[in-house]
Order: sequence, then structure tokens, then C-alpha cells
Amino acid sequence: MNLPLTIKETQEGLKSKKFSAVELVDTYLDKIKKYNDEFKIFLTITEEVAYKKAKEIDNSDLTLPLFGVVGSYKDIFLTKGIRTTAGSKILENFIPPYSATIIKKLENAGVISIGKLNCDAFAHGSSGENSDFGTTLNPWNKEYTAGGSSSGSGAVLSSNMSLISIGTDTCGSIRLPANYGYLVSLKPTYGVISRYGVIAMASSLDTVGPLAHTVPDVETVFNVIKGKDYLDATVTEKSINNKDSKFKIGIPKEFFVGGLSKEIEKNISEVIKIYKKEHVEFVDVSLPSTKYAISVYYIIQPAEVSSNLSRFDGIRYGGLRDTFGEEAKRRIMLGSYVLSAGFYDAYYEKAMKVRTIIKNEVDEIFTKVDALIAPVAPTPAFKLGEKTNDPLSMYLTDIYAATANLSGIPAIAIPSGFSDKKLPLGFQLMAPRFGEDILFKLGKIFEIATDYKPKVAF
Amino acid sequence: MNKYKIIIGLEVHVEPNTKQKMFCRCQQDHFGKIPNSNTCPICLGLPGALPYINKEAIDKIIKLGLALGSKINNFSRFYRKHYFYPDLPKGYQTSQLDSPFCVGGELLGKKINHIHLEEDAGKLVHETINGEKVSLIDFNRSGSCLIEIVTEPVFNSVIEVIAFLKELQLIARYLDISNADMEKGSMRLEANISLSSDGKLPNYKVELKNINSFKFLEKAINAEIERQSKALDSGEKLIQETRGYDEIKKTTFSQRTKADSHDYRYFPEADLPPVEINSNEIEKIKLELIELPEAKRKRFAEKYKLSKEYIEILISDLKRADYFEEASRLSPNLIMSIANLMVNKNFDKEFPEPAGLIKKILELTKVDYANLSNVEESIDKVIYENPDVINSFKEGKEQVIGFLIGQVQKMLNGRGDPRIIQQKLLEKLHE
Amino acid sequence: MIHLMTRLTKKEVLHVAELSNLKLSESEVKKFLPQLSKIIEYVSQLSEVDTKETKSTSQTMGLTNVYRENSGDSGETLTQEEVFSNTDEYNGFFKVPAILEGRTNK
Repeated sequence: MNLPLTIKETQEGLKSKKFSAVELVDTYLDKIKKYNDEFKIFLTITEEVAYKKAKEIDNSDLTLPLFGVVGSYKDIFLTKGIRTTAGSKILENFIPPYSATIIKKLENAGVISIGKLNCDAFAHGSSGENSDFGTTLNPWNKEYTAGGSSSGSGAVLSSNMSLISIGTDTCGSIRLPANYGYLVSLKPTYGVISRYGVIAMASSLDTVGPLAHTVPDVETVFNVIKGKDYLDATVTEKSINNKDSKFKIGIPKEFFVGGLSKEIEKNISEVIKIYKKEHVEFVDVSLPSTKYAISVYYIIQPAEVSSNLSRFDGIRYGGLRDTFGEEAKRRIMLGSYVLSAGFYDAYYEKAMKVRTIIKNEVDEIFTKVDALIAPVAPTPAFKLGEKTNDPLSMYLTDIYAATANLSGIPAIAIPSGFSDKKLPLGFQLMAPRFGEDILFKLGKIFEIATDYKPKVAF
Repeated sequence: MNKYKIIIGLEVHVEPNTKQKMFCRCQQDHFGKIPNSNTCPICLGLPGALPYINKEAIDKIIKLGLALGSKINNFSRFYRKHYFYPDLPKGYQTSQLDSPFCVGGELLGKKINHIHLEEDAGKLVHETINGEKVSLIDFNRSGSCLIEIVTEPVFNSVIEVIAFLKELQLIARYLDISNADMEKGSMRLEANISLSSDGKLPNYKVELKNINSFKFLEKAINAEIERQSKALDSGEKLIQETRGYDEIKKTTFSQRTKADSHDYRYFPEADLPPVEINSNEIEKIKLELIELPEAKRKRFAEKYKLSKEYIEILISDLKRADYFEEASRLSPNLIMSIANLMVNKNFDKEFPEPAGLIKKILELTKVDYANLSNVEESIDKVIYENPDVINSFKEGKEQVIGFLIGQVQKMLNGRGDPRIIQQKLLEKLHE
Repeated sequence: MIHLMTRLTKKEVLHVAELSNLKLSESEVKKFLPQLSKIIEYVSQLSEVDTKETKSTSQTMGLTNVYRENSGDSGETLTQEEVFSNTDEYNGFFKVPAILEGRTNK
């Protein structure tokens, strides 16, 4: 059967009995079985769970908000009774005794869980090449990376092996795979979606977000998983009142400089033209402190990583600490260093202060504009192995992502075309904290103006 | 030995009697539970788990701080303190650093540096199984609330230390914060001990750990003081180290610790928003504080004129103190007998109601209760002689009944049955 | 302004590895030394930013006073079986080779 590419299509199909939930699962599983070994998208396929739920859905009155939607999750979300590895050998056999809050929310909303997705080990990376279980290939061209660290979360949708997926974004890790996959994804405001049951990378930066083929679908999933959780003290239910028209978008000049591919620059100027036709105003803005964003990020993140990975001592679960991969070890070392006696003030404390400067600058900009536009990465997807020898150049891929994570603001990645090499192109919009609504509105404007249609690689 | 000044600072851990643990909802009281049956993803340090502050612990530490004269910080937050040890499941302890809940304070003239909240670790026991030396870990206690009181190095003798701890224990019981029982582990002590030959603070201190009873406290500290004194006498240089007390050998011994492990790499706990307590809230809690032991001692001395020893026994248990006061209110001229029978014969255990004790006293002193007509006569007289007090009562000040009962007893030379007096008095007042 | 030693020494790498409870092989130390040095050198650029009057940000959502009153049940408490679902148990305990060193802090 031809798999639907939106929630609406899926649910209408089920309601009109065009197909059943079981048939949906049949078709997705066929796809998975055919291509997963090669593309390394799933680490665990939960066939039994999927069929059980599909049967339940077929026998239900089809009213749950996400009924019949087949979903899969980055293997960093704990799923009770189902192996969860974080993409790392150290958790190769870990079976959690509890599930993450958002998993419970999704399943209660009618989602059919079909499996756990490959990712960079412990979310350390931006290409998927740091997974201990093989690199996820980009369904659009298997010589290229799928983007990371939520590599499987992007590839699973571009290869049509699920309808929605969930990833985490600590510095672009949801936006990049969407950008390389011709998908929509949301990095929400920090503190809007529960992190309970999500293997922690950097506690003050981690966010949980949905990926889907359209902006309305991302919005629907967001509305299901957001909200207070009595198990996560950092979640709040704020949202800002905003307008429906007369949007003003800022173009940060620091983002459109040397290093950005000409192709992407051209594509984004096309996007801007399209928005202008829809009466969206654009102004040039400046965020001078963002040049420090990477340094701030690469002090705070490893520090928090070194702390969050301290619990892996092999006593209660998992392997011994020498099972950590190279990237994990490097970040732990870096983190311990910047927190150690004699260096804390110069590095960690300093980074926390510069973070304030970045945050204040971003907040100030949003008193003048409703959103910001930016590339998601300096180039389209790169070839496997192209950047792995030089850790620092990998880090520079994060420059467009870091601003949002450091200041806690939301960002949405939206597809906007294809490169000469037929690889997906896209852009991102950022909004003030708790301004997801602005992003959804602007995203829909773009989709309607371009008569956007979801596309999958195969 | 007297040529050295003894300098001791204390770190006292008190386990508050909260219902739940510090950052999760497992039971705080793990006594008698089978191992590893009182843990959850949070206190077991499973991947993905997050902490959530238990408010009851904050309420208790603030009460304690106010009782000890500390300043309650308007802004307070938690930090991560990193070190690796098998009974510390996250590889860090969530504790406090630069903004603890309470700063300063004093008890029995000894200055307190600060009081902070933290979580406890699990328990480690060492065993030999089939010839192999192993350590067994039970995480039931992991994540439990702990209040830590850190004093300045202002103790100069073991006696001072013991007095301080006993008073702290009493206050903890009065405030219903903890039973602070050393033998049961709900109060633990670490003493930092050094000797000074020139009166100034020396450049080393020896941390004496695992002191778990008042009995061994005295022995352990004295043993350590003796060891240090002998060392200094023979010109030996003393180093900063951690030591434990060997109850059998009656000496202290060095506990090897990893040299680097004191770099705790503290940073603020991002998973827990900070706590802001405004001055109004603090005032409110201050007003609700009950009378503390020292104030009660003073008041008992003034009001009841009992000996120091008697007072100490009566106030050592809040319930007994209240019982004594209630009994004394009913029969003001039997105070000495009441005190005697409570202190020497524990008669309050036999008579759960103070009135019952009074009756027993009268029986023992073979005094018959005054008859009813005498009682009523005395009541009428007292009402007649105290019009202002009667008015107070009628206006709602019902507590003056105590005074009136006392007056009636006086007239009856203490031979009135307090229950009858109260009953008849109220009848007449409500006429 | 603090003078930062941005070139790491082997001694420092070994010290940090010990702090992190990681046993590095000789080749790992050799590999990490230049990589970590490069990153530290890069991030040291922050020393040029004036932060004298700046407060630090450790959280961006601006929440305070998030706590839980006692709720009736024990929430997430696990059964012994669940606790040991990922490792062996010995009479209900976790068993590790004897720990010879004392705790630094309790």
C-alpha cells in the first residue's frame, strides 16, 4: 500500500477503512526489514509491541489525538522492558525498568511504537558516525551522512519507515537530521517538554523534539508531548501571546558569512523572497556575541556530560567505563578539566557568564523582531568520513545550532529544496522563549505559499 | 598534654524524619527493609532519572536554622559534588555549596558556620565470600534527606562536644525534625581535630569519621588527642588525613583515601531550579517556633523553682514537660510531689492523664478530697473575690480558668479534686 | 586577566583521567593530548570577553521554588526484581570486589 505521509491522511484512511492499523504496521515493517540492515536506522524493532497496539487501535473508536500514527524514538529515550542503548556499547544490553514520560504520553495518545532509532553514542556528534552500532546512511544518498546526533530519527522518516519520530537537540541534533532529510523538526524552548527518562547529555541544554513531514504534524505531536511533569522540575507551561500577521523576521548578519555554502545562501534568499511575497518583513540584525557561542557550548556541554556520565560505573547496569567510545571519553576528559580546581573560574564560570551575554543579546533582538532566520548547517549533508578526523571542524558545524540551545529559545527546521547533488536543503527559524506558536504560524505560511508536499527518498 | 590547645570542629549529619527522600518519593525511613527494595530510578541513579525537591526537608532545615539563630538565605540552590564511590550511584552527590539554606548560628556559645541540605549515599558492607573479599551495596538509604550542620573549629574539649551534640539532639526532638539518635544512625558525627602549640589554628586537621555512639565519641576523640599529643611531643609532623576509631584496640587508624578525590568539581545543579525564600515566610515560621529547651529550662527554674537536675530530666522529653506543666496547673501546691514522682518513680507512665497522677498523690499523702459543699463554697468565694478575672473569662479569655482553679485549691489547702473543681467552676461561670 | 596554560601536559591528562575514573591506554593519552589541547586553546578565546559585571546563567527558563509536597504513594519505587534486572544480585545486594579505600566524604 502507499503509505500516508501525514497524520491527517493516516487518520482519515483508518476512519474510512481505506486501510487498517495492522496493515500500516505490515507495510512499515516490510520496508524496515528490507532496508534496515543496509541503512542502519533501527537498533531495536518492536514488532510485537507494534502489532499489539495496532490491533487495539483497530478495535478502538479512533478518537485519540494520535491514533494509528506509527512512531519511533531515538534510542536515548528509555522504554520499559525494551532495550535502550543510547547508541553506545556500554548499554548494549540495558533493559530499562521504566519509560520516559513523553513515551508514555505518546502511547497514551494512540501512537503505535515500532522501534528504537540509531544515534551518535550518548548524542555526541552531528553526523551519526559516532554510533557504536554502525553509521546511519542518508536515505537520499547512502554515501552521505544522515546528520546527527538523532541520525535515525531523520532517516526513519525519509525512508518512510515511520510517520513521526522523536529526537533530542542539545546543539542542533534534531534540526540537522531534519535538514539533511527534507523533514520538519522542532527544537522546543528549554523547559517545555519533560526530560524524565531521557538519557541526559547536557542538563541545561538538552531538549526533546518531534520530527515529521509537515509543520502541522510537528505541531500536533508537540501539543501531545509538552506540558508539566511531576517528575521533571524544569518544565513549565508558559506560552507567549502573539500575533497572526505582520511578522518581522531578523536576518543575523553573523550567520551569513564565509564558510556558508553558496548553494545554501542562494536557497535561503529564495525563501526570504517567498516570505516577502506573503507580507513578512525582513530586517538585518546583529548578534555579535554569537561568535563565542561555540566556545561557550564546548565548555558547558562537556562539563555537564562528564557529570551525567559519572553514573555509568558498571555496578547497577551497563558495561565498565572503558567501554565508552572515543568521543565520549574525550568529552568526559574535557568536562572534568574545565570543572577542575584551578580551572573552574577561567572556563566553566566564565562560559556561564558569556552565556548570559549571549542570552541577553538574543532576548534584546526579540524586542525588535518576531523571529530569526538562519541556515541549519554551513553545507548540505557531507560524505561519510569527510570530517571525522578533525574534531574541531565537526564542532564548527554546530555554529548555527548553538545560539538556540544556549539561550533556551525554540527553533524549527523546514525543508526548502534540493541541492545540485540532489541532497535536501532547508532553513531554520528561531523565536523567543515559549514562542513555538510563532514558529508554527510562520512554517505554515511557507508551506502554503510553496504548496509544499512531503517527499521521501524511497 | 596541657601544653597543647585542643581545637575541634564538627560536621554533624542529622537524618530528618521526612516522609519521603530528598529528591524522590521513596520512603525516607528504610529501617528494617530488605536490601534494595526502597529505591527508584532517581535514587538508584538510573540513566534518564531526574531529581525533584521534597519541600518537607526544606521546612525542617529552616526550622532548625531559626532555632539555632542562623540567617536563612533568601536565595538558595543545590550543587553537584563529584566523586566516585560504589555507594554513590550518580557519581555525584546533590548537595549545597555557596548558598546553603542557613548561614551562621550558635548553640551553647559555639558558633555554627552553616547548615545545608544534601542527599545520603547507600550503605556498603565488607564481607568475605568463598575466600574472596567483596563489598556488598544496599541503596535503600541512597537519596535520603540529610541535614548537615558545620561548626567553626571552636571546641576545646570532648565535654564541650558532647554537650553540644546532646543539646542539638534535644532541639531536633523538640522541633520534631529528627530523633537524632546516634546509635540508630539518625545523627552522625565527623570531628576535625588538631592540636595547637601556639594557640593559633594549625595547618593540618585530622578528620575522625564513623563515630556512631556517644560512648565511643568520648573514647575516640580522646584517643586521637593522645595520639596527636604524643606525636607532637616527639617532634613528629602531623599530616592532614582521615582516621577511624578501632573499638577493640582503642586507637585511631588511618583510612586510605584517594589523594585526588577532594577535587569535587562542584557546579550548580541545572535539574533543580533555585529556591527563593522571602523574609515574610521566614518571619511566619519563626513565629510558629515552639519554646526551645534553653528557654524552657529558664522558665521552669523561675516558675517552679525546681533543681537543675530535676528540670533537665523533665524537659528532656517535650511530652513529659507538658505533662508536668498540666499537672502543676491543676494542683499548684503539689508541684514538688509531682516533680518527685515523675523524676524518681516515672509515675507519669502509669497515669496517662495528669489528673490521674494528682489523684494518686492525694491518695499517697492520705488526704481525703474535700467534700463537695466545701468545694462549692470555695468556688463562690473565689468568684466573688476576683471580679476582673471573671470578666476576662466571660469576654473569651478562657485560659484564666487555670488561675481560678489554683485559687480554689489554695483555699482548700490543696485537697480539692481538680476535676470536680474545674467542672463546678465552669458550671458556675456559665450560669 | 588570568594567564591560561592552553597547552595541556601529559601529567594533566593523566590527572584528569583519574578524576574522571577513566583508565586510558598509552595510545589514548597520546591521541587525546593534542586534541584536548586544541579544543582548550580554542575555547580560551573567552578570556577576551569582559564579564566583570555579568552574572552567570545556569538555567534559561527562569523557574524557582519547584518542589513537591508529600504525596500519598511511593511513586517510582522499584521492586527488587526490577532493581536487579540489569545485573546479578547476591542475597539482595550488589556485589563488587572489596573496596579498600575509605570514603572521602559522607
